[in-house]
Amino acid sequence: MKETLIAYFNRSAESPALPTRRIGKYGIFLAFILLCVLLSLMTPRFLTVANLTIIVTQVSINALLAFGVTFVILTGGIDLSLGSMVAVTGVVAATFAHPDDYPLVVPIGVGLLAGVLFGALNGFVITRSKVAPFIVTLGTMTIGRGLALIISKGRPVSNLSDSFNFIGGGHLFGIPFPIIILLVAFAVCSLILKKTVLGRYIYAIGGNEQAARASGIQVSRVKMWVYTISGLLAAVAGIVLTSRITTGQPNAGVGFELSAIAAAIIGGTSTSGGSGTMAGTLIGALLIGVISNGLDLLNVTSYYQQVVMGAIIIGAVVLDGLNRKSR
Amino acid sequence: MSLTQDYILSVHGLSKSFAGVRALQDMSFQLRRGEVHALMGENGAGKSTFMRILVGMETADAGTILFEGNELKSSNVRQSRRFGISMIHQEMLVVPELTVAQNIFLGREKKQSFLGFLRGFTNDPAMSAEAGVLLQKLGLHLNPDLPMKYLSVAEMQMVEIAKAISNDAKVIIMDEPTSALSDREVAALFEVIEDLKQKGVAIIYISHKMEEVYKICDTITVLRDGKYIGTRPVSELDKNGLITMMVGREISDLFPESMAGKGDVLLSVRGLSQVGKFANIHFDVHKGEVLGIAGLMGAGRTEVARALVGLDKPTSGEIYFRGKLTTIQSPRDAIRQGIGYVSEDRKGFGFIPELSVVHNLTLSSLPRHRKGAFISEQSEQSAAEAMIRDLRIKVSGPDQKVGVLSGGNQQKVVIGKVLLTDPELIILDEPTRGIDIGAKHEIYKLITRLTEAGMAVILISSELPEILGLCDRVVVLSKGRQTALLSKEESTQETIMKHAMEFSKPVDLLLNEE
Repeated sequence: MKETLIAYFNRSAESPALPTRRIGKYGIFLAFILLCVLLSLMTPRFLTVANLTIIVTQVSINALLAFGVTFVILTGGIDLSLGSMVAVTGVVAATFAHPDDYPLVVPIGVGLLAGVLFGALNGFVITRSKVAPFIVTLGTMTIGRGLALIISKGRPVSNLSDSFNFIGGGHLFGIPFPIIILLVAFAVCSLILKKTVLGRYIYAIGGNEQAARASGIQVSRVKMWVYTISGLLAAVAGIVLTSRITTGQPNAGVGFELSAIAAAIIGGTSTSGGSGTMAGTLIGALLIGVISNGLDLLNVTSYYQQVVMGAIIIGAVVLDGLNRKSR
Repeated sequence: MSLTQDYILSVHGLSKSFAGVRALQDMSFQLRRGEVHALMGENGAGKSTFMRILVGMETADAGTILFEGNELKSSNVRQSRRFGISMIHQEMLVVPELTVAQNIFLGREKKQSFLGFLRGFTNDPAMSAEAGVLLQKLGLHLNPDLPMKYLSVAEMQMVEIAKAISNDAKVIIMDEPTSALSDREVAALFEVIEDLKQKGVAIIYISHKMEEVYKICDTITVLRDGKYIGTRPVSELDKNGLITMMVGREISDLFPESMAGKGDVLLSVRGLSQVGKFANIHFDVHKGEVLGIAGLMGAGRTEVARALVGLDKPTSGEIYFRGKLTTIQSPRDAIRQGIGYVSEDRKGFGFIPELSVVHNLTLSSLPRHRKGAFISEQSEQSAAEAMIRDLRIKVSGPDQKVGVLSGGNQQKVVIGKVLLTDPELIILDEPTRGIDIGAKHEIYKLITRLTEAGMAVILISSELPEILGLCDRVVVLSKGRQTALLSKEESTQETIMKHAMEFSKPVDLLLNEE
């Protein structure tokens, strides 16, 4: 109480940005570039068009999920059901994607709808029950996994149409299609966050929910939106994944939520909400991709990769904490 | 024994500032053994700061505290406790899941060893037994092994007193101890206080309630604006004299003259009630008028405001706005109907620290700046910059984050945000709390300007000069009830204080008894 009071009074209008803040803001970009330079020097196989294309393609699914969860984390929430939503939406889409069954829009449309409904359910329960998002999405994570197994009767849904398989495996103008989806999603999400009323309200709620409400913002509606968007993006990721592995796997996506949350946090999204950017999240996802690719190229076993990844997540959060203090 | 040794606590020249804001200035205080000494003053007079220094939660900038002749130097809660100063806090500082005995011995548990060599185990039976004896002495029939959460507020308070006694407290500070007690419980508390007095324990009694002070206190010390005003024996000071000591100060030309004419009735509140908060509130606000709401802490002023702007739902009563019966569902609804609210809790409800000045200013009116799917930055920027100029908000740039601004500028941003929604009625809840005198004056001028433009203002304030200097009429609340609606001519510090202290029991307790 005493400290906060004093800190509160000591703040002056002209307080300069402290150096640590700058490092916090751009640190992740610098770290990413430094890492790329380092890897290029250590192995000639890193900086090739083929390898970079592979990295981005592999990153696309995690990045899509990370964009969605960035919205959620910005409001001060969390979405643990991402991986399960990937499985549900993938299985649903696959069910309608057998050759000569339906036109391509049907599996895509139904898959996306499943994601939207699932996300909206998360939002509905969270805003109505006032139960912590962590708990609610922990529950729906299990529910989603069960639903995926029920819908697929526990078996992979295979024999998918070629047009459906193009989504994850095809190329457009020589660029893997998932990369195009990733870029479009990134552009749309950035615009929503930066240029729309919804985006502003998302930051406001994460920054101070009570003040946002007192300012006339319908907090519950905004939260419904972010969880629904998270569900929609999880569905996009689910469809891309299903198409890439050419089967709807009820067991797909286990643990995906953790990598997505990690990408958002490494990318500078504050764990308590209110600050963060889509660009940061994209870099966060790419950083994770580059590290695992780089360690692969350097013949480091995947066991070590996990240790490294964990250390980086903690490092990112510590940095976030330092930022907070310096303010 | 000389006279000075008679004082267990002797304070001279105590001062404390928070970054330039004087919270306490040149405080003097003498406490005798076995006396009950009332500390009185308006909210913000410096009572809390003084108490916090005594118990070691704050360090004074200057001055001396002599406790039994020894100087109390550093700010250390444990040290103050060891000397024998204990405080019964207004908001009970107990651990609800622990038992009564465990709470009493919290932080100085009786220990025992296990198997003769493993040390550091608590000796629960011993603590329980001793707590039982202690409670008995206080005439309290409580099982010391009962978890604290099952106790009533009064019982918790008694446990806190038991804790202080078991600490060998020589000075016990009681901060508004009766605020949540029934008459019977108050009587029991007073018996305990009487008993403590006999044992030579000195009690510093903070209260707004005059009857209580006159009933149990021996001496009264009054603080005002962080300054020591005086100490008098209760027998030599009547109630009027006390009120004058508490509020008597000159009002300078801090408050601008208003040229606003009173217009039509804009808002009518009829029998507005909210269970446990306030009951039967009744007033009109006219266009071009400043209506003040005065009262002590806990009178229900903010609660009434919150109900008027949809932050809380009133349980009964009617609100008419622009002549029509209306309900206000949410803050958004209030803004749409033309009612703006500036909260007393600037940090909690006012602004988003991470967002820029511009983004905070336009937060409540953002849809107006929408072009298609996106926000028109140009439109947003120009509206915000006009407001920054108009309110003379001092910023390094429009993109500066509000969190780093001074309190006065933060408050201007919050007011600007509300004004950008074009309200017809603006409710200002403690708009000048914690801001410097210059910014205060600017806000006073703004209030006058708004009413001259035909806007209605409801001003909630604990600072009586503000109420007297700015308001055309004043609603006085006391413990959730409206005790007066005073015209400008009728409003004086004495009348307002008299009505503000009319009730001593919260509205819900009264309702329960009826």
